[in-house]
Amino acid sequence: MTVWLERNLPRMVLAPSFIAVLIFVYGFIGWTAWVSLTRSKLMPRYEIDGFIQYKRLFASPRWDTAMDNLYIFGGLFICISMVLGLLLAIMLDQRIRIEGALRTIYLYPMALSMIVTGTAWKWIMNPGLGIQEMVRGWGYESFTFDWIVNPDRAIYAVVIAGIWQSSGFVMALFLAGLRSVDGEIIKAAQVDGIPTWRIYTAIIIPSMAPIFLSAFIVLAHLAIKAFDLVIALTGGGPGYATDLPATYMYAMAFSRGDLGQAASSAMVMMAVVFAIVVPYLYSELRAKPHD
Amino acid sequence: MKLSALAASSAVLFALAAPVAAEPQAEVLHWWTSGGEAKAVGVLQEEFSANGGTWTDMPVAGGGGDAAMTALRARVLSGNAPAAVQLKGPAIQEWYEEGVLADISSVAEAEGWADVLPASIAEHMKCEGHWCAAPVNVHRVDWIWANAEVLAANGIEMPTTWDEFNAAADKLKEAGVIPLAHGGQAWQDATVFEVVALGLLGPDGFKKAFVDLDADTLSSPEMVAVFDQMRKMRGYVDENFPGRDWNLATAMVMNGEAAFQIMGDWAKGEFLAAGKVPGEDFLCESAPGDGYLYNVDSFAMFEVDGDDKKAGQELLAKLIVGPNFQKVFNLNKGSIPVRTDVALDEFDSCAKKSSEDMAAASENGSLLPSYAHGMALRGAQAGAITDVVTAHFNSDMSSEDAVKMLAEAVANSM
Repeated sequence: MTVWLERNLPRMVLAPSFIAVLIFVYGFIGWTAWVSLTRSKLMPRYEIDGFIQYKRLFASPRWDTAMDNLYIFGGLFICISMVLGLLLAIMLDQRIRIEGALRTIYLYPMALSMIVTGTAWKWIMNPGLGIQEMVRGWGYESFTFDWIVNPDRAIYAVVIAGIWQSSGFVMALFLAGLRSVDGEIIKAAQVDGIPTWRIYTAIIIPSMAPIFLSAFIVLAHLAIKAFDLVIALTGGGPGYATDLPATYMYAMAFSRGDLGQAASSAMVMMAVVFAIVVPYLYSELRAKPHD
Repeated sequence: MKLSALAASSAVLFALAAPVAAEPQAEVLHWWTSGGEAKAVGVLQEEFSANGGTWTDMPVAGGGGDAAMTALRARVLSGNAPAAVQLKGPAIQEWYEEGVLADISSVAEAEGWADVLPASIAEHMKCEGHWCAAPVNVHRVDWIWANAEVLAANGIEMPTTWDEFNAAADKLKEAGVIPLAHGGQAWQDATVFEVVALGLLGPDGFKKAFVDLDADTLSSPEMVAVFDQMRKMRGYVDENFPGRDWNLATAMVMNGEAAFQIMGDWAKGEFLAAGKVPGEDFLCESAPGDGYLYNVDSFAMFEVDGDDKKAGQELLAKLIVGPNFQKVFNLNKGSIPVRTDVALDEFDSCAKKSSEDMAAASENGSLLPSYAHGMALRGAQAGAITDVVTAHFNSDMSSEDAVKMLAEAVANSM
């Protein structure tokens, strides 16, 4: 009896959450896939009607804008956050005096909700209220910073706010990584007279590869599910210049009564996530073979 | 001792819970939660209680009704729909097609709705010939609001054609006044667009384009002219407009920063709330061109079980269209009664003009549904048009490209 319990207890404890995940994640992914093949409007309908919703999706210029924005936003957000986070971490790693206070200051934006970040940056970047107005007030009359109201630049304004929010968190990750590098190796390198920048590029950064991967995965999923930041910062505008796939899906499902279209866009978003996660899972599983 | 106390209290409870024979009951889902609107819906609530009904309020704020629609979907899916839901335009028929709306023809016929409602508005309240919704008010969309002082200072009359509007706007721009107060949100872009389209296409052209979705009209040279005018409008707007709320734009007209605003008559509420007098401080005039664009709020009646709920639904429908509620509600909300037989003595001059124009437009067939406010088209089609309008307005797209995109977007939304 005890042996049986010992062997099966983990399974019994895990079973409820396993079943819940099975239904509420994978079951509903299946349901969405089904609905994306129908002509559902206000309410879900279940008669399959081929790939009409996907054809409509790929014919929609607004969806093209949303996907382009995802690549621009995702690419810049992930790269700049990582570079900035790494630089900040290296600076903080120089055993400076008030490191604790600085670390907290940089990390704090992460404690804010994206809605707060978006609203604050909306005011900061508004040409009539924020930076532009301030600099003009100092006498530089021709200074212009109107990205947030310029349809060609607005998505970069979203990137700025996103980076402000997340780079401190990336910094904390990297700082932990830097501290975990074996001090003996660094001391040995210093004894050999290797310059500090070489120590970083040749020894410390390469040994932090797993941290890079974690930071990348965290940032990538933040980018793909970005929704509240755009809603608060630009409302998808000007026009639909800062629409992202998530805001597109929301508009179709909840404002326009076009559930089929929303479901097909959700499926495409999921495909994008899989394209990132599957290689990661593959490398993880290969690196740590079981048994 | 304890036991008797328990018995007494349970007897009280029982007395409270005892069913009263078919007392009218209605659960009402709406998103009128802000100041004047909440007050307006409170009027209905009081009147309903005064007639012996039990009102269950279900206000769902947020997203201009999106949140309420999400709640409605969940309720309908679980087979427990509220008795009345704030819905309007073709959305009523869309829900009817899902097979969940009730038939309230008996009330409508007893109350003689067909005789007191303008015919084209009554049509929105019917599902395949029977009545399924009750109209609450009429908002006119094609208004131009202006700051009287600014116009007088620059020697400008209210424009009666779009050329006059452009001339006036150019003059104002030179004088350093923002000609048009506008907020860059998709629905506001669409509002200006449909008002310009009504002016330039005329009532017939507007109906063909935005009610019948006639492909030839949508890609006609006249439509190119509409987008050309939109490009001009873009030049009359200040550079900080993206994302601005409509009431902030109204405030710009109020304090003389801007001269005109094109907006439905809910803007009047902002002027009145600030103590401004129509005809003196601010002017209201229908936008250049013929026709009347209406935005009618209504309650759709959902299928409910039980005599008390059915009785509540019928009482509610009767009260909503009743002359007393129509008057009191619309005085609070800034719109006009949908009934043509309500005395307008207590209403302001803008409302009186709106009512006269509505009667005239109803006579000559130019009483038309607003596309930008979800009266003319279903969500998917209206949204597709708005996407093009807002993309054109917020970029340097040519009018020809916009017209081409418009035809494609409408075809793709079907």
